Amino acid sequence: MLDDGTRGLDEGALRALVPRVLAALIRRGEDFDAAEDALQQALLEALRVWPEHPPRDPHAWLTTVATRRLVDARRSEAARQRREEATYAEPRPAATEAGDDTLFLLFCCCHPDLAPASQVALTLRAVGGLTTREIADAFYVPEATMAQRISRAKGTLRGRRLDQPGDVAVVLRVLYLVYTAGHAGRVDLAAEAIRLARQLTLATEEPEARGLLALMLLNHARLPARLDAGGRIVPLDRQDRGLWDTREIAEGVHVLQSTLATQTDDRPPGRYQIEAAIAALHDDATSAEETDWPQILAWYDDLVALSDDPVRQEPAAVLGRAVAVGHVHGAAAGLRETDRLREVLGDRHRWHAVRGHLHELAGDVPAAGAAYAEAARRATDVAERDHLVRQAARARASAAAR
Amino acid sequence: MPKYLLLKHYRGGPEPHHPFPPMDQWAPEDVEAHMAFLRHVRELLRENGEYVDAHALTPERSWVRYGGPDAAPVTTDGPLPETSDLVAGWYMIDVDSYERALEVAAYVSSEPGPGGEPLYEWIDVREVMSGAASDD
Repeated sequence: MLDDGTRGLDEGALRALVPRVLAALIRRGEDFDAAEDALQQALLEALRVWPEHPPRDPHAWLTTVATRRLVDARRSEAARQRREEATYAEPRPAATEAGDDTLFLLFCCCHPDLAPASQVALTLRAVGGLTTREIADAFYVPEATMAQRISRAKGTLRGRRLDQPGDVAVVLRVLYLVYTAGHAGRVDLAAEAIRLARQLTLATEEPEARGLLALMLLNHARLPARLDAGGRIVPLDRQDRGLWDTREIAEGVHVLQSTLATQTDDRPPGRYQIEAAIAALHDDATSAEETDWPQILAWYDDLVALSDDPVRQEPAAVLGRAVAVGHVHGAAAGLRETDRLREVLGDRHRWHAVRGHLHELAGDVPAAGAAYAEAARRATDVAERDHLVRQAARARASAAAR
Repeated sequence: MPKYLLLKHYRGGPEPHHPFPPMDQWAPEDVEAHMAFLRHVRELLRENGEYVDAHALTPERSWVRYGGPDAAPVTTDGPLPETSDLVAGWYMIDVDSYERALEVAAYVSSEPGPGGEPLYEWIDVREVMSGAASDD
């Protein structure tokens, strides 16, 4: 399959090879930093050589060339010491499953000693196979800045033992960060996060990995309806549901259901599965009016119960719950919920936006206009700010027309 | 080609041409027209090959300074006087001349406000020194 793919230099096939080759090099005891550099050089050579001379076994070709580059690098005095350390490192048995390699590399890139921004950058580079330029573009920073961030992250990993199993929860958080960063940039990070989450579900039985994949699919399905032709945000209750990606919804629901089926009272679903369940209920409604708010509220209750201090730790969950309360028990009940949150969350634009929505639900249009205007003043995203200004102007215009 | 920063302000600067309410109190169609104009300016600058960068700033502001050895940084607390300058955002453009920078700034200032009337907003035009520190 790959033999055919590389003849036309199928980018996807080439990128799928990157984590496998890199993981094999690191497991052999090579330094993460040196191995990654060597593989990047091998990939550049592949782009040059393969169109004329496609290899019979691309995986073996890349491994051989990257190894050769590593040997070249070792000839320098500076690299010698690292090699000697590496010789003493206990080599792990060679993996045969591609899934193992992906998981192993994700644990390396999401090492707890790295800052979240570095974990994200390294994951996209080493597991996702994106170029530094692409990652820099996605986060709107100069390429030199991103190159330095990646280089420092690799430096942090130097000398760390990378043969311990890592924390899946950190990997999931990093992939979700990649996903949420993906709505604005020039590179489709959301699709990349879904690709990586899919690989992760092949590598681990962790139900939350499936929960995260389902959540991403169920939210991503609505993306085509989220902005109108002029780039304006369209809120969920006004989206053209015919634009939603039914195939992605079906896959998300399937992944979620198969995961929830394995859960028991002793092991209740985690946050990603719960958030996916909420997303599934929104996706399932053929119109905003048909949304099953009581079910959504029940899931929000579970979500909030996962945290000891949800108001501080899960502000998005408690605000989402307040909206659900407003739809189930009436706008006044929802507003009373937000009153309880004012002290901690009252400075956030989302608290004001939720108040605007609930005031509108209650028919108090002037209050809604004032709340939306306050939310707009505090927003930190241009598209969201513009949306809130429009909501405020619309509410005030309809209040004046009465 | 010289680069210029065209600064828009939430407040500060010369006496406004005429007062106008905040945008959330405009008619919805005036809000749309205003936002469409801003998109149009950006597209125009890109097409002309004059666009470098454009960003908006939130109105939140903190002043901070070094607190001295072994001391935490010092930040201002309490609101600043309403008369102090507050930048709302900028365009950075790369143009042939100072005259062209003024022309672009005046065009930006013609953005439609309530009733579709131009805002006549003051734009702060600043030349960017050459010899960039950035290596990007």
